[in-house]
Parts: sequence; C-alpha cells; structure tokens
Amino acid sequence: MDKPKVGFYWCASCGGCEEAVVDLAETILDVVEVVDIVFWPCAMDFKREDVEAMPDGTMAACFVNGAVRTSEQRAMAELCRRKSQSLVAFGSCAHLGGVPGLANLHSRQSILQACYGDGVFTTVNPDRVVPGPRTERPEGSLELPELDGEVKRLDHCVTVDYYLPGCPPPVKLIVDAVTAIVENKLPPEGTVLAPDTALCHDCPRLDSKPEEPFIDRFRRPHQIPIDPEKCFLTQGLLCLGPATRSGCDNACIQGNMPCTGCMGPLSGVRDQGAAALSAVASLMATNDASQADRVAAELADLAGTLYRYGMPSSLLFKKAEQDRTGGVPCPSE
Amino acid sequence: MIRTNQTPDGQPKIGVYICHCGMNIAGQVGVEEVTAFASSLPNVVVARHYKFMCSDPGQELIQADIAERGVNRVVVASCSPLLHEATFRQACAAAGLNPFCFQMANIREQVSWVTADKDHATSKAKALVAAAARRVALHQPLERRRVAVRRETLVVGAGIAGIEAALRIADSGKKVYLVERDSSIGGHMAKFDKTFPTLDCAACILTPKMVRVARHPNVELVTLAEVDEVSGYVGNFTVKLRRRARYVTGACTGCGQCEEVCPCVQPNQFEMGRSQRKAIYRNFPQAVPNWFVIDYGACSGCRLCEDVCEAGAIDHEQEDEVEEIQVGTIVLATGFKTFDPRILPQYGYGRYENVYTSLEVERMVNASGPTGGQVLLADGSEPKSVAIIHCVGSRDKKTNPWCSKVCCMYSLKLAHLVKQRTGAEVYNFYIDMRTPGKGYEEFYDRLLEEGVQFVRGRVADITDWPMTEAEEGKLVVRAEDSLIGVTRRIPVDMVILSVGLEPQLDAHQMRKKFNISCSSEGWFLERHPKLAPVATFTDGVWIAGACQGPKDIPETVAQAGAAASEAIALMDKGHVEIEPNTVEIDEEKCSGCKTCLGMCPYHAISRDDQKGVAVVNQAMCKGCGTCAAACPSGAIRQHLFTDEEIYQEIEGVLSYV
Repeated sequence: MDKPKVGFYWCASCGGCEEAVVDLAETILDVVEVVDIVFWPCAMDFKREDVEAMPDGTMAACFVNGAVRTSEQRAMAELCRRKSQSLVAFGSCAHLGGVPGLANLHSRQSILQACYGDGVFTTVNPDRVVPGPRTERPEGSLELPELDGEVKRLDHCVTVDYYLPGCPPPVKLIVDAVTAIVENKLPPEGTVLAPDTALCHDCPRLDSKPEEPFIDRFRRPHQIPIDPEKCFLTQGLLCLGPATRSGCDNACIQGNMPCTGCMGPLSGVRDQGAAALSAVASLMATNDASQADRVAAELADLAGTLYRYGMPSSLLFKKAEQDRTGGVPCPSE
Repeated sequence: MIRTNQTPDGQPKIGVYICHCGMNIAGQVGVEEVTAFASSLPNVVVARHYKFMCSDPGQELIQADIAERGVNRVVVASCSPLLHEATFRQACAAAGLNPFCFQMANIREQVSWVTADKDHATSKAKALVAAAARRVALHQPLERRRVAVRRETLVVGAGIAGIEAALRIADSGKKVYLVERDSSIGGHMAKFDKTFPTLDCAACILTPKMVRVARHPNVELVTLAEVDEVSGYVGNFTVKLRRRARYVTGACTGCGQCEEVCPCVQPNQFEMGRSQRKAIYRNFPQAVPNWFVIDYGACSGCRLCEDVCEAGAIDHEQEDEVEEIQVGTIVLATGFKTFDPRILPQYGYGRYENVYTSLEVERMVNASGPTGGQVLLADGSEPKSVAIIHCVGSRDKKTNPWCSKVCCMYSLKLAHLVKQRTGAEVYNFYIDMRTPGKGYEEFYDRLLEEGVQFVRGRVADITDWPMTEAEEGKLVVRAEDSLIGVTRRIPVDMVILSVGLEPQLDAHQMRKKFNISCSSEGWFLERHPKLAPVATFTDGVWIAGACQGPKDIPETVAQAGAAASEAIALMDKGHVEIEPNTVEIDEEKCSGCKTCLGMCPYHAISRDDQKGVAVVNQAMCKGCGTCAAACPSGAIRQHLFTDEEIYQEIEGVLSYV
C-alpha cells in the first residue's frame, strides 16, 4: 500500500512553524518513513503547478501555517483544501490569526501608508510608490497579490478539519497528529489537537496561587527579578495560563516567563482575551472602583497582550455586521 | 470553532406570544407588527398576540399550541419576569412542557413604559423578542431539586432575643442549641432593674424564662462558648462550637463557699468594673446556669476553692473543647454593645469619678448590683442633683449617626428611679424627646409631672472648674438651652451619660462566619427592611433583636418570635426547593486554576485538592453567575445562562435593530 501523502504550506507566517517541523530532528526520519511529503515549498522544490496537477484529495493531510492576508494566500489555501483529505491549521496564525492578526487594529490604508508613505525614510522608494495588484513602473509592470482588508484565520477562508495550536506547535503534538493521521485514528472534525484544560492544570507554581483575590498591582517582566517558584500573577505579572490550553509542557513557565497565550482558548471559550481579562479582573484584591482603576492602569498594551495570538478570533470589531453579511470583521478604511 | 445551535430534543418549535397588557403595551408597541415579525424568525412555528397573556384564556393559548402544534419552546413578550415568569412557567408545566423551556421578553417596563416614540418602541420590542427566541432555542429541560432540612436549630446569643427564639422553637418540638459566650445567659436585660414604661422588674419577667430555657428538654444550653466555623447550607449546616473551659463542672450547687475563700480579686466586668469580684465568681445570684466559673487569668492556682467545694465541682484541669454540631436552621441574636464615652473627652467619663454611664446606673439601682440598689456618689453619699445627658454617641456624625432608639425612654426610667430613691433634682439634657411606643409618651408626661427638669440642648462639656460659689465641688454641665436661647451652667453632683447602642465589636467576623451581610456600621442586614425584617440573604439564617439595629425589649421579643416561626416553618416543611439556575463545573475542562474560589459570595465553591478541580455545592449555589463569568476555561456552565444562550441573546438584539 502507498504511504499516505502529506504537504506543508505557509501563508502569513514568520517561518517559526517550519522550524518546528525541522525541530522534529531525527523524528522527521520516522515521519518520512511512514508518509510521503509531496509538497513543502520551504524545504523542497515544489511548484504550484505540481500541486494543481494532483487529483483532488491526493494528500491525506496538508498542514498550513500562517494567517491569510493576501489574494495569493487565499488561493493557495483553497488549493491545499481541494488537494487534501484533512486540512490542518498549523500554529497560532492559522488557528487564531496569530501575531500578524494584530494588524487588524489598523486599516489596510494606514498600514500601507506606514510602510510606503511619507513618514518612512527610504532611499529605495523615493517616489513613495504604494504597490498594488498591478503596479506600473518605468522598469516594467509588476503583478502582486492583493492585500486584503483584514487578517483572517485559515478557517475564515476554507473549511479546516483540525487545529494544531501553538507558536510554534509543540513537537509532541505534531508527532501525535501525524501518528493519528497515519493510523487513521483522527478525532471528530473541528478538534483542536491539544489538551482541553488550561495551563494552570500542569503548572508547577499552582500551589503558590492563593484561593482569594490577590492581585494588587501589575508589572512587566523586565521590571522585577522574577521569582522562579511563585505563580506569576502573584508577582503582578499578567500570565494567560488560566485562559490558555496546555500541551506545551510549560515551555515558557520553565523559562521563568509568564504564558502569553499562544495555545489559544479552551473549547468552551469564544474569546480568549475576554476570558483572561475577566479572570484577571476577578482576581483583583480590591472592590473599590478607583483603586481597581489604578491597578488596571498598570496593565500595558491590553490588546496586544490579551490578543497577541488571536485578534482575528476575538469578538471585537463589528460582530453584528459580520453576522448580517456573513463576512469577517473588517475595520473601516 | 464552536458549533452549536442544536437543541437537546430535536428541532425547536418556538411559540411566541405578545401581550397587549390592555393598553399598557399595545398603546405604544405595534403588537401586530411584532407578531408578524416573530413568525418570520427561525424555528418559530406560531406567533400570537393577546389582550392579557397572564389571564386564563391567555395561558390556554400557549397550552393549546403545546398540545396541538407541538410547540416545545415558549417566549412570552409581556411584563417583567418578576411579575409573571412563575405564572407562565406553571402554564407550560401544566401542558407537559418543561417549565424552563420558556423565556420572557420584557416589553412593558423595558419598552412601552420607557419609550417616547411608537416606532422606536416597536423596533425595540422586536429586538427583545428576537433575542428571547434565539436564546430559548438552546434552553435545556431542567429540574428543581429538593434538599432535606434538619430539625435542629442553632441560636447564637442568649439575651432576651435568643432565649425567646430558643423557647419558641423548642416548644414546637425541635432541638435547639442555645450558645452564649458569657458564663450566664440573660444578656443586657439581666442587668436591668426595671423596664420602661411599666416599671416592672426586669428580673421578675426574665429569670423565669432563663430557668425555663435551661430546663427545657429540647434545649441544649452551651455557655462560655462561641461559634468557630460554619459550613454547609440551608437545612444542613455544620457548626464548630468552641467551649471555653469553665473549670467548674455541672455538679456545682451554687452555694458560693468557693467565692468566700478565693483570695484573688478582680474588677467585676458584669458591673462594668464598678465593683470587685473574686477569680471564682458568677455574674449575679440568679445566674443561669447557676454554676461558678474561674477566671483563669486572675486565678493564683491556690486551689482553696477545691478544698471547700463539697460537691467536688472544681476541675482545674478542664480544657477548651471544640464540638461539631449539625443544624438545619440558625437564628442570630448576638445583641449590641454600648457606646464607650471615653471617645468624648468633654464629658469627662473616666476622669471625673461621678460621671457614670447609664448601664452603670442601671446596676446601681438594681438590688443585686454593687450598691444594693442605692444611688450613691463615689464617696458613698447620696447625690442631691443629677444630670442625665441623652444621645451620648448617638445622632452625631462624629460618633454614630443613628438614633439608638431606647435612650430617651431608659433615661426617663433612670430619672424616675433616681428621683424616687434619692429625692435629688434631676435634669435631662435632650436633643429631641423620642417616645413613640405604647405607653411611652404617657410615661414622659408622668415624668414631667414628677418634677424632673428637661433642658433641650446638646451638652457642650462637663467641668469641675467652678465659676461661682454654688459650683464649688460640683460637676458643672454646660449646655445650650435652645428653648430659651441661652447657654446654661448647671452644677450637679452626678452625671449619667445615656450611651447609645452599637454593633458588637466582632460583628464583622460574625457576619463572615455566617455568610450574611452587614451595614457599613456593623448591624446585620435583613433581607428586606420592610417585608423580610428577620430573614437574611443566606437561606436558613435569621436575625433577631439588637444585632440588626437598636431596638427595645418588646420589639426584640417580637423579632425573636418572627425568626423562630420562620425557622419552625422551614423545618416543618422538611425540605427546600433549589432553583435549577445553578452552575455546573466540567471536571474535564477545569484546570484547577482557583480563579473562581474567592468569587462565590455564598461559599458554594471549594477545591477538591485530590482531583485538582473546583467543585460546587448545588444546594448553596444561588445562580448569581459570578464564578461562571470569572472562569477563564469555560469550565463553569450556568444553567439558563450558558455562554451560548447569552451570545444568542446578544446577537438577537444586535441583528434586528
């Protein structure tokens, strides 16, 4: 019998997810033993035409990382979808929108302006040309993918069967997922392939967390020497562990840094940032409104902290509009 | 990621019923338009409007649709759920539909009564109907549960309130644990000589009750004891009692020989330190239980008492004991303390030996008090003139803003008794005379006729600095007489400060132990100031007497009776019904992050350390939702308020406006 065929593709991503595959190290040989990699532009020479030439559903699974921001990424996502039996959103960006998703706090116009506009010092683009789908220059005409109005998760564009969370996904979860595909022991479609309990469950510092509300100030990691034994929240450091899936083997906690939430929300939570904020606000020691305001004011960059990996998944931005039009949120330009 | 909108019992078939409420709603909201709109909503199989949905024919409309058209979810758009939610739930139940497959949209208080424009009212009503229809599709059938109620009561505090409540409950055949932290029961009332306005002897009416409660077969009297800890919930409380060592056993006959031989002398706290007592003592001769007690801090350990005790009742080896009891109901009757006038140095209490508090004079006029019922100055002579200063520590923003309610009347009583016993000239300095109550104003009239002086004005200070010969060796009361508009100096031999009533010092600790609320001052908070004056926000816990606020004896006794009868009624019913809007914790999803533990105002959540998850006690959960909102894992699910139901409601409102 033929080995199952798998593919890897990247959209708007940093390359860290590809690194995670490489991080499989010797394990990757075991993977290659049992599957055929038929598409992996980052590591091997495949062309789009090669994929288009495959019969639909050729790949048992295609792992797509990165958020979706351009017309090209959308087209590739659709192609990968067609050519694979299971499409796996790989990593935080494909799963939730990821760090690129924070761009949704700004309009497309203001982003292009910031990159190519008057305020940017540049010697290579003195004419301040803003590249578009078709850009005419003396040297010739240029065709580029179109930048969409907002950053989307993979499942905003195509149906996704499984999600491998994490920035990047932990090696163990990747191996488990590949094994499940090879052995055809996949869970119900739509499953996030990670434990459905929050990080606190595994956290070695949980015992030092009090049972009564205790937060009386917030600080940032660079401001204090961090006690390696104590719950970060008790030290005033915003840790998203209570609102984030486990499965990462406490990588950040072991490194003495609080959880930033890359594994995403639990299955029962729709908005990870709101859940985390609600929990943190509940844990504030004071009931006095002005005192609470003072403590809350110490939280820096709330949107970037609570939605570091999930702005396109949040309820923020025109929820009703989205339902009415069936579209995804889009800040007005 | 979340795929929902499925209902437990197949496709929802929603019936929507728009009420006219006469013209209350129909006069402002286009009910026909809302009805037509409702029939266009997903899953709605029938939409109707009717003049009065709460009437029998209105309810029958719903019931007929349940029976004939298979409606399995009901929305009624009418008034506030506070008014008729129960009505419509019952109507659904009578037709065989689970009463919680029902949702109410309030288009009267929230729409027709508060909108100016009819179009606006109609579109707002549509939005609320849409929200209700979207959320009701997700409603699950729920069941109310019953929890048995134990037939034992804990009464805390054995003053007149606690004694009265204990007797009532014990008489109804239930077991009562009556807990008192002093060595004898009786509370403040046991210190009084006479009671106003009838001037009947306090001891004569109180001691028979004290004796009866102590001998009652259904009452277990626990003195020198305090409540350490309370856990559990209505009907099933577990209470830890700490019994302090008495060092004298129940074999004590009260003969008093031990007291005679005891060499250790201490200020007598029962007499506010105005007399001495031995290290082995009892508060007063009629103390109940009539056993002596050793103040171990004052005891020299000479054991002379042991030698003379014929009953062999002395036990120097006794230790504090913690006992656990199970009760179904709790009555708190922990009383008050009096204001400490040292806080007001201008009145000289503690500095001038002839300035007394009212409670000290209560003891002085009492035949069993330190002076055997005589009113005497510090030098043993009788006063020729006495000033009684009202509102000390009351009606004053600097001390306590409240009126202590009983001071006018007890000041009149003391004025009468002092005048009767000494013939002295008595001056009352008052702000306002407050004598509402049966026979109270008449008593005031009587005092006026007896020749007691009344000066209307707050006393500025009391000084021993004479300005005239008549003031030599006297205490001079300086006060404004607001009726004649002058400042007066009145020299007297004795000053009585009518101190106000305050919450017990440990009221806030008590509040926490019993999980009830306090006003900011520390008075226990009743569930409703008019309609539930002895209930608290914690089911199964009632309050009686001055722990709830200043009150006189008749009111206290009435409250004790009310609290007792409510406790009796609950225990006779034998169970409590628990509304099903409680939370459930999904152990699989709970990470044990502890966020919810400190949230619950009812102490219904605790941590199972073995499993590492939070667990909720369904009987204690009131369905407030605080924990569900705080849970960052979505592991806490509140029935009737699941995240998905709330999202659907929000989306319903937002999508149709």
